Amino acid sequence: MKGRPLKILLVEDNGDHAEMISRSLKSHPLANIIHQVSDGQAALDYLLREGAYEDPKKSPRPDVILLDLRLPKLDGLQVLARIKGTEGLLRIPVVVLTSSDSDLDIAKAYDFHVNSYLVKPIDFNKFNDLMKDLGFYWLSWNVHPLAQASLG
Amino acid sequence: MILLVEDNLDHAEIVMRTFKAHQVDHPVLHMTDGETALDYLRRRGEYADPEKSPRPDLILLGLRLPRVDGLEVLKKIKQSKALCGIPVVILTSSQAGDDLKMACEYHANSYVVKPLEFREFTALMRSVASYWLNCNVNPRGPR
Repeated sequence: MKGRPLKILLVEDNGDHAEMISRSLKSHPLANIIHQVSDGQAALDYLLREGAYEDPKKSPRPDVILLDLRLPKLDGLQVLARIKGTEGLLRIPVVVLTSSDSDLDIAKAYDFHVNSYLVKPIDFNKFNDLMKDLGFYWLSWNVHPLAQASLG
Repeated sequence: MILLVEDNLDHAEIVMRTFKAHQVDHPVLHMTDGETALDYLRRRGEYADPEKSPRPDLILLGLRLPRVDGLEVLKKIKQSKALCGIPVVILTSSQAGDDLKMACEYHANSYVVKPLEFREFTALMRSVASYWLNCNVNPRGPR
């Protein structure tokens, strides 16, 4: 697949998981740039370019958002609802990546138009495999509006 | 079950053969126009019996469809409480910016462009099946 490196916003408060996800995705051939925040409010500040992220150069639009649900300050479902309800953000694919297998969380995420819902495996090797599948699909195959626009 | 809405019969054949060759164990229901796809999903006319028209686990949706085009089908699916939880992957030859933009606005789960080269097309379909049927979690419960 061709194109510029894709930018991923990772919203994850678990440091170990964040490390694992980042390592796995950085090994993808499209050499993506990953920015991580560890609570829901920071995610919205980043996306809406508020607070510490006012400068657009410090908060470039991501091409994909990986979003945990159990987050400090503002939970992931609220972040998702806000993203999908905001004109400048709603086209960005959001992949929920969570430990929650609850029917209610899954149903709500789809009601808020999540693009994809993934449950983190407990097993390390399966987690790694899932990250590879995630990276391969969203970075190699899915077409991203911002990335396509930048190709002119 | 995978609902494939594709009017190009050659492409539909490639999709179905690829799934069969790679043991994708979900049956594929193939429709060739948008209106029939909507009738099926809304359980209208000949599709009224829910037992004969089970909800798909994944919808692969072309854009240039007869009768009702793919973007309109997508919009109706994602506006429906009963249907909005079904992942819809736009599978199209179109790289037009407007199509991509509108598909995202209507909440397509994903947008992929059919490669021209056969091997790449089959690789895409394997990846689509693997990701959406094995990795992604759909809503559970009656719909």
